[in-house]
Amino acid sequence: MEFDFQTFKVQGIKVNYYFVCKRKLWLYDKGISMENESDAVLEGKLIHENSYPKAKTREIMIDDLLKVDIIEGDYIKDVKKSSKMRRSDTMQIAYYLFYLKQLGVMKKGTINYVRERKIEKIELTEDLENEIKNALLEINKILDSKKPPRREKLPYCKKCAYYLFCYVEELDNET
Amino acid sequence: MKHNYYIFKSGRLKRKDNTVFLETIDEERKYLPIESIDSLHLFGEIDLNTKLLNYLNSYGIIINFYNYYGYYSGSYYPRKQQVSGYLLVNQVQHYLNKEERLFLAKQFIISGVFHMVRNLRHYENTKEYIETINRELSDIDEVPVIPALMGIEGRIRNVYYSAFNSILKHGFLLNKREKRPPNDPVNVLISFGNSILYSTVLGEIYKTQLDPTVSYLHEPSTRRFSLSLDLSEIFKPLIIDSLIFYTINNKILNLEDFDSKEEICLLSEEGKKKFIKEYEKKLSTTVKHRKLKRSVSYRSFIKLECYKLIKHLIDDELYKPLKAWW
Ligand code: SF4
Repeated sequence: MEFDFQTFKVQGIKVNYYFVCKRKLWLYDKGISMENESDAVLEGKLIHENSYPKAKTREIMIDDLLKVDIIEGDYIKDVKKSSKMRRSDTMQIAYYLFYLKQLGVMKKGTINYVRERKIEKIELTEDLENEIKNALLEINKILDSKKPPRREKLPYCKKCAYYLFCYVEELDNET
Repeated sequence: MKHNYYIFKSGRLKRKDNTVFLETIDEERKYLPIESIDSLHLFGEIDLNTKLLNYLNSYGIIINFYNYYGYYSGSYYPRKQQVSGYLLVNQVQHYLNKEERLFLAKQFIISGVFHMVRNLRHYENTKEYIETINRELSDIDEVPVIPALMGIEGRIRNVYYSAFNSILKHGFLLNKREKRPPNDPVNVLISFGNSILYSTVLGEIYKTQLDPTVSYLHEPSTRRFSLSLDLSEIFKPLIIDSLIFYTINNKILNLEDFDSKEEICLLSEEGKKKFIKEYEKKLSTTVKHRKLKRSVSYRSFIKLECYKLIKHLIDDELYKPLKAWW
């Protein structure tokens, strides 16, 4: 069966969250976000604003769904603080490439990890494309669900903005 | 760290560059950096303008107004940045469904009463009161409707308040809980404390996507932000009542801090300041959370209660109210 891209497309951030945590994806989609005054968020913003002051095109919105940092020649570029979330960052870029391909635009991608001064190249292979299609199907299933996926113990839960939300629980008092 | 600012003086509050500027009638000037403000509490007669409101709006800062007697009169509640239609629909659904509503209403009362009993346990000569309260509470499972629940709650509260006289020292007595107008020092403290707590709870609700106007124990039409009343049931005994015992028995507040004029009793400005100082201390006191394995302040416990409520409303986890274990 032909993959119907139009039905399944979502914001890039949701593809990212899907690979980070499915529960986070669901909560975010339902507008349940957490107050986050943490410095990490602010730092991320500053990196974006200061990294490529001269690049011609910055923060381009495509279809209101994708926010691409920079397009330069054959490449779309994304800037990240560190490679801690490498997989989800990669998949987000892969999704952008896949999305652009649907529009008839063939690009390659790079992620610029500022802290590590490392640049990673991403090309849209057939495998990657299939992974993205699967993810989009799954994402739509998750978002249709009436309740959030159960929390999973993930190594980064403690640093997640939802940590208190996910883990708060009452134990029964001993009598 | 963000602070609650309590302003007792009269004067003018305005935006000046990137701060909030307070100029009082006796020409005192104060700059409050915007990042340091959690909420503002205005007890004096303060002039302010839309420029200031718009400024506070963009930082999501609530202003709470209190009347001449120091009781809550209303809030400026800025437009929320983050809303969740999904959550709101669920919040309303739980109100419309009789059983769901009753379930939540009961939880608030069960937690509140748990904290009342917890207070009484700290003192001698309260055993009988505790027994009577527990007897009343045991009927709660069978209660079919909200008014009956309110009835139980009312009876428990009467027993609880009558125990105050076994606890309070230094000539303080509570004869009968009197709301409007409170006519003796203890009544004044209860009303004043509950007012401040109400606005604190509202502030914490504001930081979440919960809609403060949709409530379960209290009828949503009784007061504008009735969810704040619901959640206050849990924290009134835990925070305010224990502070009343503490400030009175340790002579932080004395009978001289109160003025009785004709039928009306007033807490002096000095008295209010002393109570608020202890209140803020209490809110920032931390307890090691046994599930989160982190230190959590009393203020954060209010926010956590909001989180648990959200989880219940989105069918994630059944709501279990706080029962202070420390
Ligand atoms: S705390 Fe863990 S389970 Fe909860 S949203 Fe964050 S990553 Fe997911």
